[in-house]
Amino acid sequence: MTTRLPAKDAVIVGLGWTGSILANELTDAGLDVVAIERGPWRNSATDFAPNYAQDELRYRIRHELFLRPAQTTFTFRNKMAQTALPIRNWGAFMPPNGVGGGGVHWNAETWRFLPTDFTLRSHLTQRYGAKFLPADMTIQDWGVTYDELEPHYDRFEYLCGTSGTAGNLKGRIQPGGNPFEGPRSRPYPTPAQQQPFSHTLFGKAAQGLGYKPFPQPSGNLSRAYVNPLGVRMGPCTYCGYCEWFGCANYSKASPQTTILPVLVRKPNFLARDLCEVTRINVDGSGGRATGVTYVDSSGQEFEQPAQLVILCAYTIFNLQLLLLSKIGTPYDPTSNRGVIGRNFTHQTISDVESFFDSSKFIFNPFIASGAIGMCIDEFNGDNFDHGPHGFVGGGYMGQVQTNGRPIETTPVPPGTPKWGAKWKQAVRENYLSALKPGTGVHGSMYSYRDVYVDLDPTYKDRFGRPLARITLDFHENEIRQNRFLTDKFAQIFQAMGAKQVVKQYRLAPYDINDYQTTHLCGGAIMGTDPKTSALNRYLQSWDVPNLFVMGASAFPQNAGYNPTGTLAALAYWSADAIRTRYLKNPGPLVHA
Amino acid sequence: MSHIRRREVLAGTALVLLRQAAAKAGVIAGELPWAPNTESLPTAARPGPWFFFTTAEGAAIEALADRIIPPDPETLGGKDAGCAVFLDRQLAGPYGHNEGHYNAGPFEKGVEQQGPQNPDTPAVTYRKALAALDEYCLHAHGGRSWVELSAQDQDELLHGLESGTVVLPGLDARKFFENLVRDIQQGFFADPIYGGNRDMCAWKMIGFPGAHYDYREWVGRHNERWPHPPVGIAGRPAWNPDRS
Repeated sequence: MTTRLPAKDAVIVGLGWTGSILANELTDAGLDVVAIERGPWRNSATDFAPNYAQDELRYRIRHELFLRPAQTTFTFRNKMAQTALPIRNWGAFMPPNGVGGGGVHWNAETWRFLPTDFTLRSHLTQRYGAKFLPADMTIQDWGVTYDELEPHYDRFEYLCGTSGTAGNLKGRIQPGGNPFEGPRSRPYPTPAQQQPFSHTLFGKAAQGLGYKPFPQPSGNLSRAYVNPLGVRMGPCTYCGYCEWFGCANYSKASPQTTILPVLVRKPNFLARDLCEVTRINVDGSGGRATGVTYVDSSGQEFEQPAQLVILCAYTIFNLQLLLLSKIGTPYDPTSNRGVIGRNFTHQTISDVESFFDSSKFIFNPFIASGAIGMCIDEFNGDNFDHGPHGFVGGGYMGQVQTNGRPIETTPVPPGTPKWGAKWKQAVRENYLSALKPGTGVHGSMYSYRDVYVDLDPTYKDRFGRPLARITLDFHENEIRQNRFLTDKFAQIFQAMGAKQVVKQYRLAPYDINDYQTTHLCGGAIMGTDPKTSALNRYLQSWDVPNLFVMGASAFPQNAGYNPTGTLAALAYWSADAIRTRYLKNPGPLVHA
Repeated sequence: MSHIRRREVLAGTALVLLRQAAAKAGVIAGELPWAPNTESLPTAARPGPWFFFTTAEGAAIEALADRIIPPDPETLGGKDAGCAVFLDRQLAGPYGHNEGHYNAGPFEKGVEQQGPQNPDTPAVTYRKALAALDEYCLHAHGGRSWVELSAQDQDELLHGLESGTVVLPGLDARKFFENLVRDIQQGFFADPIYGGNRDMCAWKMIGFPGAHYDYREWVGRHNERWPHPPVGIAGRPAWNPDRS
């Protein structure tokens, strides 16, 4: 039996970064808002306190803060001809769970995408000609420009207190920053984090090779900060338990440390935790959402009616809910028609491990934060001429050594046995003098006709609903890109004086066991044409105008950066359109 | 408060995750929810006899742990570091039963890129594999069980498992050995509250400070060796003289 609850102005599905941003913006506009979150409420003080948060086995190896596949998972295959099988335990990416979402356990690498990333297809076609792109590559323009998003990037960075060195202030290139970034209207709110030994060596070597290294923009703060909402954060202590972990110091930007203390106190907001939305309800015409149905932890079903539905779940759960609710036409790769599931992407990551003379180098890899890197951007996006190389795309690369946690970070030179006395001796000798970046080469993945998401015909979740099915493989363009970037990256470690540099190229086929990043993107993309996009430029559903879909599921393809800065900027951009235009005149914001 | 908690961790009891067991859907409104004594504490390994292994299995795992991480004059081996105790407690707990994993069928073999599709839990696999290992030794080594082999014979057999030249009936022996190495090494490097890494021996071996949480004064001190002994979640023995 379903209990029907009193109607709300807006229901938000998922209380991570985008859910928190939208809830705060819409309650400021006077709306009565409820957020429904599948996982538990999480508090810094009780869930990751500084006397037990630093536990590699529990959080990194056993995935304490993540969604449990028993609750729901996905099926996976490389090619359409294969049978997809369920992901039984997480590997290539780690879906978040609980209030704060991925904002709890992210590295806090807080980037902006390049201006040309947003006009990708037109830009590349203009520069290289349409024939330069592989025939089955389905990249698109976003329908929004960098200049339109700039104020919203700025808002997110000032919410978070992001630590960094500006590279481009209103068009003037700044020393020490990233000269390739789009113009920013003001400097970062806090200066860059201090750099450990290996990061400074990387910076010098990169400079020697003619590059312009700069400190990675970090949501782990270099100093204490009070954000515009009045929420106070503490300085990062470089503890080395950041990504995969919650921050016990209130130093890492997360919904908990930037928004929730203000949001929760508003009389027109409430959150429900441990409640899973099972469908978005639509009226008989199919053109209007009436609210959502959810199931609480005791199995009770509820209907929450609302005027506005804002989908703020993790990428692939957004897609699954749209498909299960029969909103938008499911994508069919054979006919190349339909939109939900189209242009699904992940990332192209690789790394380089390097070994130095242990009598001369002590790197203390445990002194770290999740976004403490010296990076270069010469090989990202279209910052270099791709003409001679025969591929498109790129990524940033850097010495982003995020930890020295010993289960994960005890590299040994190639040829060392995997066990026994020689292994033990190699671990002992190399721990302090080896480098293993947590993020090394952070490459883009562009979209393809045969990479997509639909519903699995066999495997079901605990409610008996079909799991989402991922069909995904690397294409030659990304493999070439990665080889080129990894070689460039390795040269910098050579120049640092490493006695041995080990390149770990990313190779096909895509492997679901091998962690890359949690940056799944696309599948419900924004764009200018309802035939090839699920959402208009304001993240509003073309089919159901009172439904907005936040998150990286809107990215038409993935760029060579971490996605959070961009998905948060898009959330502010969309919230602004809802507040200033939609609420005055509810209906489509763009007429196709 | 935190001091008391540390002691409870050290005592190794009363560490059931009450909060998770009681987690029920709720409404959060008006103020941040908080209640005393609701910390999400870790579940420490309890001392005592084997929880999962039989006496014979425990002895076999201890011998395996000492081949994977042999003792040397500076650092304990896998057995004395407690890696077998670690693995025993892990197999008796959520890890042993694939708790939280997607365990619904059908189980199809698939390709390696699709991830493990094994209906056997680690607990079942370890039980099968240790029995099969003894069975193999009895035939191949004139009636001697695994623990009765010389270190050299043991190493030779393990190299055979690793390379796939030694096959055990009823399981993927190569995959089992790969997971065994991973599990034993995890026990060696994990926080000592889980039963391995005794006296933080693994952390001392490499120079890892452990659960130390503040390096602000050290981030700018380049190429200098960290001078302090490591510390674990339960502190270090000098902090708790009554328990050391």
